[in-house]
Amino acid sequence: MSDRARDPPPERTDFEELEDADDLFPEPAATEESGPASLTAEDISTNSNGPKQDSQFDEDPEDLFAEATEEVSLDSPERDVLLSDGPSPAITPITPPTSVITPCLGHDDMFTHSSFDEIEEEEGGDLFDMHIAVSDPEKVGDGMNAYMAYKVTTKTPMSMFKRGEFSVKRRFSDFLGLHSKLASKYLHIGYIVPPAPEKSIVGMTKVKVGKEDQSSNEFVEKRRSALERYLMRTVKHPVLRKDPDVMQFLESSDLPRAVNTQALSSAGLLRMVNKAADAVNKMTIKMNESDAWFEEKQQHFENLDVQLRKLHASVESLVCHRKELSVNTAQFAKSAAMLGNSEDHTALSRALSQLAEVEEKIDQLHQDQANADFYLFSELLGDYVRLITAVKGVFDHRMKTWQKWQDSQMLLQKKREAEAKLQFTNKPDKLQQAKDEIKELDAKVQQGERDFEQISKTIRKEVSRFEKERVKDFKTIIIKYLESLVQTQQQMIKYWEAFLPEARAIS
Amino acid sequence: MMEEVQDVTSALSVHGHNIKVTDVLKDGDTLTFVIVSQKVSGTGEYHVDRTYDDVEWLQQHLFSQEDVPGLHGVIFPPVPAKPQVNVTAKGMKQLGFLGLGEWQPYCKALETFLRQVASHDLLKKNKAVEIFLTSSDPPGRQRVKKNIFNWLSQAMDEMRKEGHKDVDEFFQAQRDQNLVMTGCTKNATERFLEVVLTEQKIAVACGHFSAALHLCVEAGEDPVKQAFSRICVKLSEVLESMKKNMMSVAENNVNTLGLGLDLESRYQEAEKEMLFRRTCKLVELETARRSAEKAKPVKKAAMEEVKKAAESEFDHISRVAKQEIAQFESERVQMLQQALVGWCEQQLLTAKESADQFDRYLQAFRGMA
Repeated sequence: MSDRARDPPPERTDFEELEDADDLFPEPAATEESGPASLTAEDISTNSNGPKQDSQFDEDPEDLFAEATEEVSLDSPERDVLLSDGPSPAITPITPPTSVITPCLGHDDMFTHSSFDEIEEEEGGDLFDMHIAVSDPEKVGDGMNAYMAYKVTTKTPMSMFKRGEFSVKRRFSDFLGLHSKLASKYLHIGYIVPPAPEKSIVGMTKVKVGKEDQSSNEFVEKRRSALERYLMRTVKHPVLRKDPDVMQFLESSDLPRAVNTQALSSAGLLRMVNKAADAVNKMTIKMNESDAWFEEKQQHFENLDVQLRKLHASVESLVCHRKELSVNTAQFAKSAAMLGNSEDHTALSRALSQLAEVEEKIDQLHQDQANADFYLFSELLGDYVRLITAVKGVFDHRMKTWQKWQDSQMLLQKKREAEAKLQFTNKPDKLQQAKDEIKELDAKVQQGERDFEQISKTIRKEVSRFEKERVKDFKTIIIKYLESLVQTQQQMIKYWEAFLPEARAIS
Repeated sequence: MMEEVQDVTSALSVHGHNIKVTDVLKDGDTLTFVIVSQKVSGTGEYHVDRTYDDVEWLQQHLFSQEDVPGLHGVIFPPVPAKPQVNVTAKGMKQLGFLGLGEWQPYCKALETFLRQVASHDLLKKNKAVEIFLTSSDPPGRQRVKKNIFNWLSQAMDEMRKEGHKDVDEFFQAQRDQNLVMTGCTKNATERFLEVVLTEQKIAVACGHFSAALHLCVEAGEDPVKQAFSRICVKLSEVLESMKKNMMSVAENNVNTLGLGLDLESRYQEAEKEMLFRRTCKLVELETARRSAEKAKPVKKAAMEEVKKAAESEFDHISRVAKQEIAQFESERVQMLQQALVGWCEQQLLTAKESADQFDRYLQAFRGMA
């Protein structure tokens, strides 16, 4: 594969271009760490993009962040929510990935769109061949500082990785950290970044406290599965899989721990996106939608959201009853065994004991089926409900991008008017200043327009990819589910066929 | 089965083994059952309408039959509980399996009861049976004085007699075994009912899921939308299929093992009642003996008479009881075997059908572009 050869140059040249060009934003944010006061939903995603102009979107930060639940280190001092903590660690890896030039500080947003276009064009034939497994959950530490470490194994023939197969140990906050970095880099330019799995204080507390019971085992398994799906979705994305943070996450044996571990959960992100959406609505951005495609798609995703939630509720009900059936079957099996033991008639007694055994086996089948119901359908639907949130977020960003562009335009207009007035006064200094400002603003307006067009273009591509993936995903899961159904029935047949002669032999 | 024609007037004019409850009609709060029986001589059938009141009438007459010594030793075929059209929670619990499935299982249970009564050597000669099965007028619509009913409920007050030690090893063993069996069988029946009720809930949940999938179908020419819609429609069919499978499984459970366990449970209770009646008679006998011993010469002859009567009754009861128990044991094993075999066969069939059905859907999905 010639990935390696082609990977670095686009980014390198882009950086060189941008550093020289005039269309650098005047304030490349040196600090990635933004205090809560200025962090709004908008800012979080445009960390280093012209900051303060978005203060109109300011919300009460406590409001926003109060809902971000914490998983680990309840004693951690920082209450801030951060999306990108410090410089991208890709800069200081122990074994630097050879194939990627790490971006400079504060230029996270400088992955320009054209470089992505090139990456995506490489992907034309969709040579996706990567498999990630999350396994071997292992409790590390004791008490409330304990955490679960998961083994992340990547198998890939892609040459951008050093080896074809490699494993690392990661904890949940690492996954959240990865997601927050990706979200800060890509969401605001229109890429649908898969949301990270949900946090759960209750679930994790049980695990920490050392309760080795079925519900905490189920919780760990549920989480493990969710983490695996999350990573697979992330690397399926042609652009994301080449991101240095992703690659470092998968490969590096020493991953700097996310400094502020109260990373946003996807639920927290959802709440924030909703709040931002509300804020947007309150501001009544009457976007002159020139493109019916976007209107239609937004409506489509609204509908899809509602439908998927309904489906999810149906499946949850099914899973619940299936588990109930398993419990009841087990109890019936016990009662049948007791009946068999008490029975005087020898052959009938034996048959009843066999009946008890059959019912126990059927109970196991019910449990397996309940797991299939859950891990296949319920989690799939849950994943997509969360994914659609990310999709909606991306549409919102487009609107904000449009708004920014419009604001710049209006400001430029004002400045021009002011300059026109200054022409008649004898203030050459002020006039010059005005002209300079106009020049800057003009560039900004043009950039704003380009940004808007680019995000629109990206979203179109992303939505198309997303929709195709959705169909594929559902089909794959349904096939797995049907396979489980067939298998269950075939097992049942075996059990009944074994029991029949026993029943016949009673007398 | 050959009827012994002892007294022409008391022989049953219909066959006992093929009585059918062919239909059940709901009229407001009342259920009316249509009962069909085949004439012994010649061809021809009797069709009669009966309600539960009529069944109770029949039962009372069976209990109060006079010319049968040792009648109390009979294990009376257990009658199903009273069916309520608007069933309460307590009623549901009482009826158990018989309250399910639009009264079809109930009809089966009633049918079994009538067949057992009409085939029982001691009971079938009761004229009430003939009237019940053949008379065009429903016999039981007026309330009749209670006979053994009262006796039985009185006996409930004397539960302490239940533990009274027996004089006969066989009967003591029988009583001990019966105590264990009634408990186990009742427990198993209730647990199995829970299983069936949950299966029904799953069927309903599958139905909801299936309906929700239909809502996801979108019109439009967009090929992706069409593909997703196709998937939803197909999956909806799969869910319908799952629903039908679950319903079949539940039905099979009810119609075979459910009914079997229900009958076994009620029969064990009937045996328990018989054994209790005998025990009460034993207590009565022992009391009579003591009275006769202690009696002053004036009363002695009378007391001896009482004692002899009690002895005679007790002997009759014990004799009949022994026969009944032997009959009961063989019948119940046969009945349970039938239930278990039928259950297994039906579930096997359903599983095969479902496996085929699901496999076809699997292939269809695999082949979907």
